[in-house]
Amino acid sequence: MTPPFADELNLRLCHRCKYACSLDRDRHRCSRCNALLHRRKPDAIARTWALLLAAFVFYVPANVLPILRTTALQHDSTTTILGSVVDLWQDGAWDIAVIIFVASVVVPVAKFLILAFLLVTVQRRSRGSCRERTQLYRGLELIGYWSMLDVFVVGLLAALVQFGVLGDIEPRLGILFFGLVVVLTMMATLTFDSRLIWDAVKDER
Amino acid sequence: MTDSSDLIICEYCDSVYQRPPLARNERAHCQRCNAVIERRPWLGLDQLLALNLTAGMLLAFVSFYPILSVQNQGRNNAASLADSVWALVDGPISAIAAVVGASLILVPALQVTLLTWLLSFAHFRQRAPGFRWSMRTLEVLRPWSMLEVFLLGALVSVVKLTGRVEAAPAAGLFALAALTLLMIGIAGRDLRLLWKQVP
Ligand SMILES: [Zn+2]
Ligand SMILES: [Zn+2]
Repeated sequence: MTPPFADELNLRLCHRCKYACSLDRDRHRCSRCNALLHRRKPDAIARTWALLLAAFVFYVPANVLPILRTTALQHDSTTTILGSVVDLWQDGAWDIAVIIFVASVVVPVAKFLILAFLLVTVQRRSRGSCRERTQLYRGLELIGYWSMLDVFVVGLLAALVQFGVLGDIEPRLGILFFGLVVVLTMMATLTFDSRLIWDAVKDER
Repeated sequence: MTDSSDLIICEYCDSVYQRPPLARNERAHCQRCNAVIERRPWLGLDQLLALNLTAGMLLAFVSFYPILSVQNQGRNNAASLADSVWALVDGPISAIAAVVGASLILVPALQVTLLTWLLSFAHFRQRAPGFRWSMRTLEVLRPWSMLEVFLLGALVSVVKLTGRVEAAPAAGLFALAALTLLMIGIAGRDLRLLWKQVP
């Protein structure tokens, strides 16, 4: 037996406190926490697309511009995200190279692809593999913030390595764009509403 | 029709269920999308309060005491959470310092403060003033606390520095590890039991 959907019982989920509100009693606000009630997150598709595209645009400078600058005695160099992965690999620290590569390249690219895929399938009202698509969305919620790794590493390195002429590490503009990409993709994940995936199924019934 | 507080709606697919009876550590999954829709939390409110007070002290400690220290030709340097935020403030990238400061210090501090407020009143079986606002705010804050990512970042930094300078973990790093575990335990979805347990 398949469970009913909230609409069919005239119920509505409160986004904030997850209470099952009865629409016979409360039309607009949650009776438990007083948050505004929405059937689906407002303008979910348009807002998610906008945030996703903004993140995608920022992802270019995030990769092209250097994220940090290292100075030591007569040596002066800047590194990009991919450059730092290559350096670590060549230094033999392949485990850390893999961690940074996954957090800074694989996770953001996977987020772009998965969100775009979810948006397109929802807009085409696809009815296939709803369960798998919902699980993909939960995966996004889990991995989202791990991309912040490189931003924290740059902050920590810059705070630690301050020895004047003997050696300095300074953050560079690339890390700002990269951090914004992470924040924007997290916001895109939060504005998307996975219940939209199931609306096509519900309309079938 | 039954009272709607006996019902659970899956937040991922909008399916409605009767609240199932659960034993300790048991979870109920959504038939449609497999999301966890309900679980019995493993800590009581007073235990949460105790852990929360510990987390508050640890957070104050790691914010201002060194997490890592480095040595370079006889000179010493150390950095705390606040130092890592401060290092990003200079120049054109200061916007990122705001993001880092929020996700590492401000959000966890707000979570701990609000929880202490709610749980202290709950200890006396009372609803704190601003209960509903605090509960809503905690739900909004939850995705934005990133201490566990910073912990991994600290370990990555140690490896990145080896060979160039002498890097060593300081007391703050162990406090940070403990704090990270505590925050995962206290600031998660289990908070929702406050709605039920405080009349
Ligand atoms: Zn509510
Ligand atoms: Zn579900």
